[in-house]
Order: sequence, then C-alpha cells, then structure tokens
Amino acid sequence: MKIAIASGKGGTGKTTLSVNLASYLAEKEEMVLVDLDVEEPNSGLFVKSRLIYEEDKFTMKPEWVENDCTLCGNCQKVCNFHAIIQLGTQIMVFPELCHSCYACSELCPTSALPMKKNKMGKLRHYHGNNLSFIESRLGIGQEQAVPLIAQTQEYINHHFDSDQLVIFDAPPGTSCPVIEATKDADFVILVTEPTPFGLHDLKLAVETMKALKKDFGVVVNRFGIGNEEVLEYCAQNDIAVLAKIPNDKRIAERYSRGELIYKHHPEVEKQLGYIVQAISLRRNGGSK
Amino acid sequence: MKEIVVISGKGGTGKTSITASFAHLGGKEVVVADCDVDAADMHLLMQPDFKNAEDFYSGEVANINPDECISCGLCREICRFNAISVIKDQYVVNNLSCEGCGYCARVCPTKAITNESLNVGQRFVSATRIGNTLVHAKLGIGADNSGKLVAKVKSDAKKIALESGKKIIIVDGSPGIGCPVVSSLSGAHLVVLVTEPSVSGLHDLKRVYELVKKFKIKAACIINKHDINPEMTQSIKEFLMEENITHIADLPYEENFTKAMTVGQTIVEYDQDSLRTTLIESWEAIKKI
Repeated sequence: MKIAIASGKGGTGKTTLSVNLASYLAEKEEMVLVDLDVEEPNSGLFVKSRLIYEEDKFTMKPEWVENDCTLCGNCQKVCNFHAIIQLGTQIMVFPELCHSCYACSELCPTSALPMKKNKMGKLRHYHGNNLSFIESRLGIGQEQAVPLIAQTQEYINHHFDSDQLVIFDAPPGTSCPVIEATKDADFVILVTEPTPFGLHDLKLAVETMKALKKDFGVVVNRFGIGNEEVLEYCAQNDIAVLAKIPNDKRIAERYSRGELIYKHHPEVEKQLGYIVQAISLRRNGGSK
Repeated sequence: MKEIVVISGKGGTGKTSITASFAHLGGKEVVVADCDVDAADMHLLMQPDFKNAEDFYSGEVANINPDECISCGLCREICRFNAISVIKDQYVVNNLSCEGCGYCARVCPTKAITNESLNVGQRFVSATRIGNTLVHAKLGIGADNSGKLVAKVKSDAKKIALESGKKIIIVDGSPGIGCPVVSSLSGAHLVVLVTEPSVSGLHDLKRVYELVKKFKIKAACIINKHDINPEMTQSIKEFLMEENITHIADLPYEENFTKAMTVGQTIVEYDQDSLRTTLIESWEAIKKI
C-alpha cells in the first residue's frame, strides 16, 4: 500500500509527518519512506541510516550529429517545445526546454539526432532500524522534477512488493510534480495548518485529489493557532480529519535540530496512532 | 526599475507574510507580482478586485477521435509519458499525463489525433486595498507550464510598472528550485531569501542559493524564527558571510504572523511593536541595495 503525504502550501509539516509516521510504524514492521520532493529533499535530515545503494538518474535528450544531418528542418518542425532550432547550417538543441518525447529523434529521416543520456539527479537508498529510505535529488539548474519523480517510483515498484507499506513525502503545490508524486498512491494525507493560507491551499489540494479520484484525509498541523475554518471546511465537505498535531514551540525547536518529535511528545504519538488506525482500516478493507 | 524577488527554497518560512508587508510598506510606489502560482496566497492579504482577468493558454493536449481511430496502437507505442491507454477497446488520452508533445498526432496513420491548446489558468491584474496593483494568477489543477504562467505574471507586472512609472516590482516566488523558481529569477535585480534556522531551512537555502548564483543576482537574507535555534541561526549567518549575502534582519518566532493573516492583514498593520519596526527597517535596507 502506498501513502502519499502532500499539501498545497509549503512548510505545513509534510516532512515532519512523513519521517515521524514512518519511524513510528518502523517500530513494528519493515517500512519504506521515499522523499519525492526532489527539488528540496529534507526527509534525509531526520533519518539516520546507512547508505546501501546510489545511482545517477538520467533523462534522454537529442544530440545533433552534423555529418548525418541533411538540414531538412523536420526536427524543428516536430518539436512542440521549441527545443530545437535550425540556424543556417547549424541545428541547436536546448536541453532545458526538451521534454524527452523522442519525436525529433525518431522522426529524423537520417537518424542524425540520437538520444543521449543527460544527468538530472541522483537516487540514494539507505537502510537502518527497519526503515528503507529512498531519496532523489534534482541537480541544481535542472528545471523538470517530474521525470526524476517518475523514475524514483519505478525504482520503488521494482524493489518492493505491492503489499509493502510505502510512505511518499510529496512536493508542495498542485501542479505537475504533485500529480506525479501522488498518482500511484492508494491513500493521500493532506497536511495543512489552521490559517487562511492553510485553508486556501488545502482547498486547491482537495480539488486536485478529487480530480485524481484519490482517497484522502486531512491532518491539521500546528493545531491551536489561527481559527476554526479548516475544521469547518472539512466538516462541511465530508473530509475526514485524521489527526490534529498541536502547535508547540518546543516541537518547532526539536524539528529545527533534525530530531524526531513523537518520542518526546506523547500527544503527537497519540495523533500518529489515529493516522495509523486510518491506514489500517484502508489496508484491511482494501483501498478504493 | 528594480525587480525584487522573494524566495525561500523551503516552504512555510514566512515568505508571503513578509512579502505582503513589503508590498504594504511600498504602497503606491510598487507593483506586486504573486509568482507562487501553484499556491497563490498574496491576495488573501491584499484583497484585490480580480478585475482584469485573462485566460492563459500554454501547451497542448492530444485528443483521439474514436470515429477515425483504427486501434493500431502506434500512438501508445511511441508515447513516452504513458498518457495513452485502452479503455473499453478505445484508445484514450489521459490529460494529466499528456505533455502535449504532439508526437502521436504526427504518426497517427488515420489523422485521428488532434492537439488542442490547453487552458492552464487565469491571470489577474487587480487593484488592491493598499492602492497598488497586484498581478496574480490561478493555475489550473495539475497544470503543467507553471513556469510560463510565472513568466506571464512577471512580464505583465513589468509592463504596468513601466507604463505607470513605478520604480519597484516586488515578486513573491514559489518554493523549490524548479521551473517556476527559475522563471521568477530571470531578469531579477535582487533576491531576498527568507529562511528559518532549522536543518531543512539551511539545507534548502544552500540549494536555492546555488541556483541564484547561476543567475549572478545580488542576494539578501532575512532569518525568520531566529530564536527557535540560536546555533543554527549562527550557522546561517556564517553561510551568509561566506557567500557575501547581505544579512538584512532576524525576526522572532512570533504568533502575530498567524494572527495578522487570520484577520486578513499584513504584519506591519497588525503588529504595533518591534516586529513592525524591524520590517520597516528591513524594507528601507532592501530599497538601498
């Protein structure tokens, strides 16, 4: 079973929840935690374990072979992303605009644009204390997070059985990287905070999950600040509130040092217990 | 004209609250651009009128006409995005997976596939309660091309600033280091980094600053919630020194951030104490850089 932890707004506590929930569950069974926030992966700062495997990840981009080219101009014509331009007798490829669709390469009559590996980031696999932790990290200056997220999911599917409990720490927002990080999930946990920003971005995240036809629930973090509107919204829209993690400066301090929270805050441990119940229900009852 | 972009790498560091305070302090002198199009929140504090709305089209999505499709399967074979599947014996495109490359339409032997341009969101030019102009956007659910929408918001803000003789554009950027951030950085004159003293705050600050360096833009930094971890605050300051980043101010862990937001105000309106003073001094310092 795959559980994605997501949010519209950044900084609501996705990583905090992901690492604490995964470590809490790992006390009882073998767990997998995957950091899919490839632009700013943070889970690894909280997980202390041993590196067991790493590999570079690549996207495929066309490379012009001048000697094979007849300058027919077809590549430029078929590229919807303006990533190939013919300038006089030169073909120029702009890898940052390329989406690796292969159209230019495969439709080239003389095969003058073979696809070549282009490094976009690195995947690392750690293990320790019942917990497999997989992190992918996008290279600085690489703009497209989606291919790296997709390849990381492939790695997970290849290395773990489908009945293995896997937690994905997803990127913030509602656009393509979030879709990619949640589309394989059986259950999505949306982390929010009870503030106007939290509510506004939660609504966007809920719309996204509905568009993806996902089973989802909400965790309210920093409960006690702001106002009641997030809870009212969830009640009115029949959205399950799985847990409420209290607002506490000591939690922020502990987080700032890269420590796990639940071991020192019984209330947080209790709230994690509620989330585990919600997960078990879905696991035993079969996910939607 | 000066373009000041506020980013953070990590989300939830207080970027938007601080940017909105600057927008308030800048008042009629500034044009404000909310480039966090994925989760745009600036309007909650600025109460814009959403007057001038424009649909934003970017990219395409493939569509298969079932009457002309002969189920040869070629489109599915060549699609690198697994966007084509067979449902009840019919080839269909999954819009959320389709990248709009158009390859399938080019190879379809019966020309059953067409590309339709994609409405990815809306762009607004609004008058705010503060008396300035806010250019903002709402990205469609799961839409691609947020970087292009950011570019559109920025270029419209620039146009307005030029036409109305405003000297400063304040840009609220998005978290991360990917395409929307790259797009909000291009053409900027100053980057204000809002960070917090946590292991993740510093980690993300370093990554996003690597990106800023590639653009060769001057940078300044505000450390928010500085008192939650004094040692980490010290490490951040050392990093700022090493990298020659101007350290603007330290702000305390302060629930007035949330309280101001809850009543729809910026911090400089809500807080009447040292937080307000520090933000005013910060804004003056930023203007001088």
